[in-house]
Amino acid sequence: MAEPTSQTTAAQIGDPLAYLNEKFPGAVEPDTRPGYQGIVVDRDKLVEVATAIRDDLGYDLLANLGYVDYLQDGFFEVSYHVSSTTRGGPPFNFKARTPRDVATLPSLTGVWPGADFQEREAWDLMGIHFTGHPDLRRILLWEGFAGHPLRKDWREPFYEEEQKPFKSRWPEGRVERAEMRVPYGMNVQYPPGFTLEGWTPEGEEALYAGLTTPLGAGPEMDQIKTDQLIVNLGPQHPSTHGVFRMVVTLDGETITRLKPVFGYLHRNHEQIGERNTYLQNMPYTDRLDYFCSMANNLAYAITVEKMLGQEVTERAEYLRVLMVELTRILNHMAAIGFLLNDLGAFFTPVLYALAERELILDLFEATAGSRMMCNYMRFGGVAYDLPPYIGGPAVKPGDRARQLDTMKFIRDLVYERLPRAYEEMHTYLTENEVLVTRLKGVGVLPPDRAVAYSTTGPVLRASGVPYDLRRADPYSVYNEFDFDVAVRYNGDAYDRYLLRMDEIEQSLRILQQLVPRLEETAGQNYWAGKRAYTFRVPPGEHYGHAENPKGELGFHIVSDGSANPYRYHIRSPSFINLTALEEMCIGHKVADIIVILGSIDIVLGEVDR
Amino acid sequence: MYGLGILKGLGVTLKHFINTYVDDLKWGVKRYTTDAGFAARQSTSTRGIFTVQYPEEKIAPPERFRYIPFLVVNDPDHPEAPGEIWCTSCGICAKVCPPQCIWIMRGTDPTTGRPIPQPQEFYIDVDICMNCGFCAEFCPFDAIKMDHDYEIASYDRTTAHIFDKARLSKPLSYWQTIAPTRAEEERLAREAKEAAKSARQKS
Repeated sequence: MAEPTSQTTAAQIGDPLAYLNEKFPGAVEPDTRPGYQGIVVDRDKLVEVATAIRDDLGYDLLANLGYVDYLQDGFFEVSYHVSSTTRGGPPFNFKARTPRDVATLPSLTGVWPGADFQEREAWDLMGIHFTGHPDLRRILLWEGFAGHPLRKDWREPFYEEEQKPFKSRWPEGRVERAEMRVPYGMNVQYPPGFTLEGWTPEGEEALYAGLTTPLGAGPEMDQIKTDQLIVNLGPQHPSTHGVFRMVVTLDGETITRLKPVFGYLHRNHEQIGERNTYLQNMPYTDRLDYFCSMANNLAYAITVEKMLGQEVTERAEYLRVLMVELTRILNHMAAIGFLLNDLGAFFTPVLYALAERELILDLFEATAGSRMMCNYMRFGGVAYDLPPYIGGPAVKPGDRARQLDTMKFIRDLVYERLPRAYEEMHTYLTENEVLVTRLKGVGVLPPDRAVAYSTTGPVLRASGVPYDLRRADPYSVYNEFDFDVAVRYNGDAYDRYLLRMDEIEQSLRILQQLVPRLEETAGQNYWAGKRAYTFRVPPGEHYGHAENPKGELGFHIVSDGSANPYRYHIRSPSFINLTALEEMCIGHKVADIIVILGSIDIVLGEVDR
Repeated sequence: MYGLGILKGLGVTLKHFINTYVDDLKWGVKRYTTDAGFAARQSTSTRGIFTVQYPEEKIAPPERFRYIPFLVVNDPDHPEAPGEIWCTSCGICAKVCPPQCIWIMRGTDPTTGRPIPQPQEFYIDVDICMNCGFCAEFCPFDAIKMDHDYEIASYDRTTAHIFDKARLSKPLSYWQTIAPTRAEEERLAREAKEAAKSARQKS
């Protein structure tokens, strides 16, 4: 972050709008629509104002780039949420508008390189062109896709209805298989005049063309003259943690360029979310980062609760923190286990991690009803209190019944089992020479670059930036607990490994303080809201975020006062952390990029949405 | 000393290996043949591996476990209306369903043609169902519940994956078997509601 220039004073910074107004007369105005916050910036001055916001106001992290199609008013609005990694606090919101027929805004990649993928996403899904973007290609959809699906006037083939519930389901529900309604071969809409036979995948050409130009100076070439070689890793590759593709340019075995390609799991989660009612989105958030469904639930619940002005009961807050911190432990343990898989320590470490995860999932299953797709939180609380015991009655042949007391189970986990597993993991891995040699100095991300690329979560904190939303912009009841924000300073893969270990330790600290409170509040009300399946949310806009195990998960929701969100955008940490992948990989060997990707810890359900 | 870290790590794997056999020796064959052995193997105190020998043994799902929904009907030995469906065809489950996999056709009286509180048809496309449990959670009549039967693989998805009313209907006694405490809680709540209603009617 640059130092504030000499003209700025603290008092002026206290009122960002007044300061910006003074510096850029006529270019900024407050957003006065009811329920909206932030300022609207003239698009011709966007880059200058954004630079001032970054340098003078100190908002160094572009947390989210939301985009909304106001069809009635005839403009697109891009909503930037910026945070300060040094001061913390709620994000600052500024917006820029462009008429729908122009659909062009200046790119902010020069101000925040972290805008790269987010602007490509806005181009892909909303069709907003960002002038000055270095590589504006589709990012989630395929190159031959017709139209931009998040525009409000876009209709998919076999469009049924704008909003759920669909009228065809009741009272005259005539069943129809989805495949009959959307037959194979007819479920894709092509641009006018398009034939599949005559199509050449221009996107691939553009992708490969972008890879032949070296980034900056590039690494020193060897004395031996070699050809540059483009290699595809994935999308079907066991080390990419899903269907994920990395296209790399190699000089010998050294990476000179790398471009991640994804979207193979894309299902347009955001448009599904705009058709759903607010409650119906809750189970869909489980499927974002399917390792951490409890944490996704929490981030979505706090966002909508803020819009509703809904209070949460004390018991529910403790249950939420219990579930989310257990999720953080299981995620980090699994992430470390799979990182070791990528290193070639095939399946022993990951099975030790999954054994602990299994016990945590037993608790989730007994409490919420499902191991991974928990769907546990509701607006105002949680769906169920803790069950009296874990296990169920034997019904079918072969069923094995068990009755383990839930509170004893939690106490055993939190005070004995998980701390022991944590210690054991340290003994097992931390000093292992092979691990240290493979991870140390690999994939270094300096702190200023980590912030510039909008990375969050363990990737950011391992680079020496102690930015954790549980402390920076506290939500739920994290203020009541005594814990430290884990931070490591080298920014390499080994530090990301150590940082995850530190976070397991800190989560255990939180849980150990939490268990007595759970016992105190036993039997209290765990759901403050009405059990309504549909309700209206006051008009307005809100960006809510939470510290997920993988980074900042944000929900940018625009309500028009109806029962379905008008706009439902997700700031997914895995997706945005990948922006830094190329810089981390350049200069390393092919085998190292597998490790670097493993150390970022992505889940493709969240990357592709 | 170089290699010490590796040796320490190997010590951990050796400990895991030995612990598995220690547990086995302590319990003997009971570890695999009795419920108590199973509970110990699947608890926080287990030290070695805790593999479940599926399909010879299966973890009994907890009461709240949710899989494809089913419709509650009266038991066959019900004194007044054996086999009568509890569903009143109010449509709340179809409205709350996130992937919209429930289709309900409201029943009509054959003589008057007026709607009656019973579904004529009730379908769930289990290919679409996401097992979220909202239908059971928001049903005001306890008429739809989440099942525990997770072994429903079939050979033909085109014909077997739309469950109709007959396939979905299961007697109340089945619900009382798979979720005894919840079924009892619901019965008490229904009785309290019934009592309050009759008290209101009397006054």
